[in-house]
Amino acid sequence: MVQEIVAHPLSKYLREEMMPHIWCAGCGNGIVLNCFVHALDELKADLDKLVVVSGIGCIGRTAGYTNTASFHTTHGRSIAFATGVKLANPELDVVIVSGDGDLFAIGGNHFIHAARRNIGIKVICANNFNYGMTGGQLGPTTPLEALTTTSPYGNSEHPFNLVHLAAAAGASYVARWTTLHVRRLTQSIKRLMQKEGFCFIEVVSPCPEIFGRRNKMRSGLEMMGWFRKASVVENFSDPAKADITPDRIVVGEFVDIEKMSYEKLFHEKIAQINEKTMEKMS
Amino acid sequence: MPERIKHVPLDIEKVKPPRAEIHLIKNQCKGCGYCIEFCPKKVLEESEEINARGVHPPKIVNEDKCILCSFCSAVCPDFAIFVLEKKQEETKK
Amino acid sequence: MSAKRSLLTGAHFLNGDFACAEGAIAAGCRFFAGYPITPATEIAEHLSERMPEFGGIYIQMEDEIASMAAIIGASYAGLKSMTATSGPGFSLMQENIGLAVMTETPCVVVDIMRGGPSTGQPTLPGQQDVMQAKWGSHGDYEIIALAPCSVQEMFSLTVEAFNLSEIYRVPVLLLGDEIVAHMYEKVVIPPPDKLRIVNRKKPHVPSKDYQPFMPEEDFVPPMATFGEGYRFHATGLTHDEHGYPKTQSSEVQTRLVRRLCDKIRKNVDKIVKVEEILTEDADVIVVSYGIVARSALSAVRKARAVGIKAGFLRPITLWPFPEKHVAKAAAQAKAIVVPEMNCGQLVREVERAAKNTPVAFLSKLGEDPHTPAEIFEAIRRGI
Repeated sequence: MVQEIVAHPLSKYLREEMMPHIWCAGCGNGIVLNCFVHALDELKADLDKLVVVSGIGCIGRTAGYTNTASFHTTHGRSIAFATGVKLANPELDVVIVSGDGDLFAIGGNHFIHAARRNIGIKVICANNFNYGMTGGQLGPTTPLEALTTTSPYGNSEHPFNLVHLAAAAGASYVARWTTLHVRRLTQSIKRLMQKEGFCFIEVVSPCPEIFGRRNKMRSGLEMMGWFRKASVVENFSDPAKADITPDRIVVGEFVDIEKMSYEKLFHEKIAQINEKTMEKMS
Repeated sequence: MPERIKHVPLDIEKVKPPRAEIHLIKNQCKGCGYCIEFCPKKVLEESEEINARGVHPPKIVNEDKCILCSFCSAVCPDFAIFVLEKKQEETKK
Repeated sequence: MSAKRSLLTGAHFLNGDFACAEGAIAAGCRFFAGYPITPATEIAEHLSERMPEFGGIYIQMEDEIASMAAIIGASYAGLKSMTATSGPGFSLMQENIGLAVMTETPCVVVDIMRGGPSTGQPTLPGQQDVMQAKWGSHGDYEIIALAPCSVQEMFSLTVEAFNLSEIYRVPVLLLGDEIVAHMYEKVVIPPPDKLRIVNRKKPHVPSKDYQPFMPEEDFVPPMATFGEGYRFHATGLTHDEHGYPKTQSSEVQTRLVRRLCDKIRKNVDKIVKVEEILTEDADVIVVSYGIVARSALSAVRKARAVGIKAGFLRPITLWPFPEKHVAKAAAQAKAIVVPEMNCGQLVREVERAAKNTPVAFLSKLGEDPHTPAEIFEAIRRGI
């Protein structure tokens, strides 16, 4: 059949001059980016009002790939930077796309405090179980006994259960999907974009070249095969029981609550102060 | 056609089932194989050819079977495949 | 959101931290992110009350790393922004001060110096962060640092810090010390129309033609704001004029880092401020800054009273260092005296600029700055 050359329908959301992206074959980061821009497309999002922020790591390059205003911060500081952006201009949609090491090791403190404040920034975390960009060291989500370049005898550290952490810290919306759940992930990102307050999605993502091959999953297909086999959708189940194990990856939406966002509370306060001052002056 | 479906839909003349037009951007493919593996209708296969990145991009072996679910497009990390609906005029030909 | 309460004007009896906070508001700062730390806490306290009155933001972050990151974000979202801290917090901020340098973010960082290293002497003054101010973040860069010596200057130099940061798109540091921060003095605040306020230059091309890091003749690129339709990228990585990472290119790295330095170095005459008193015919010149300069000036006057030709040179801009001024003064003096509340920091720069003129260093640590008598004694020994 004759194929006319047609541009990819989502290409307008990407910076063509930055493509192809740097990610390895089978890396889940591309899928996260794909689902993210797909969600933007379905939402008909105003790209001029969107700021994409990321930290350091493979997926930290996302900010450079989206055709929006974007900022690539220092390691772990994307949430703190985004807090400044969102507060300074609450009209902006501020989305962070970053990794598990960036957000939960070096940036862990910023994450819990942003969730506690319920500031309206949206965090999409690709969890690939290790530090990919620096060559595969153990991170805060590396499973027990997993082999990495800095746990050559097997990891002895207990990993974070990210959805439990986010829920406990006070996030308004918490979900977990894998890169195989592209449809639900896209819908979930739409929900995240539309909700008030601090929202978080963990995307369990394959890192075949760096993590998988040391852990008996030599290809992206094998890692995706693990997700297919182990994933169970349990919406609104107890995030405390959602630890990721070799046999079981609980996915779904865990938290979806209504709570005033920090920026709304703060700007309401400003309005009240101004009202009082006006009364005094009149 | 499976045994149990014997009747012919009344509007078969008017309503054409949507047909797919699969687009591959071959040189963008990194050869992860997700589109091939996760296609519910097995429309794609690994090709023999080698693209600019030195991998085998998929080839379309059965476009007629495509149900336009676009899972291949959604799961592609490299924006190298997408599916459009064929225009009805074209299917009449 | 509009200003509902008026700016402070006229004569007031304030402490340095309050004056600094009022200076920020007068300069148009509408975003403060910080973390409590002695002796800078009063700046945060005062701004937590004052900012909302002007529709501005006060946020207490989880640490100083976050505070610095937040003010960069706010600046990119269009607000003039500031944080205030002391030594331990200043150390934590260095990482993102580097990011602000690299992404050319206008912002102000106030460091009220106390005794270090580490937690050191939280309630006592020091001048131990002078070199950290210049070299604290990794990599090569130039930065601007101002050193106030009075409560009045805590106000006026805060305003100046914002102006310089907006002009050069660089973080500007205000290096106060515990004494100027906590002492009360008379401050005269001019009416808003008498205050020079500078705002950053904006792009004058449409979004598609905008290159966020393409400099103009003054080496400074115009700055777009998030949400105004400019879909630009900024990164801490080595980047080209489009803002895109070019980490493998020595050419891009050279061009970028040289320009980041040049925009300060080549504009140094416009940036540098010094105060010179009685230096024209001086045999001994005291080079001194911050609170110590007050004692130094007193000592110089005392020396003149007893017939010693002493002079006083106060760098208001510590960085870039006023090399030309010091060199010129040194050329005609027989000796230079540098009193500092540290083990020898700015004196190194003075020595470099003074060339063959001998430099006597007067070090002091702990509770009190140098007394005029101590500096007078050094002047006497100098001739």
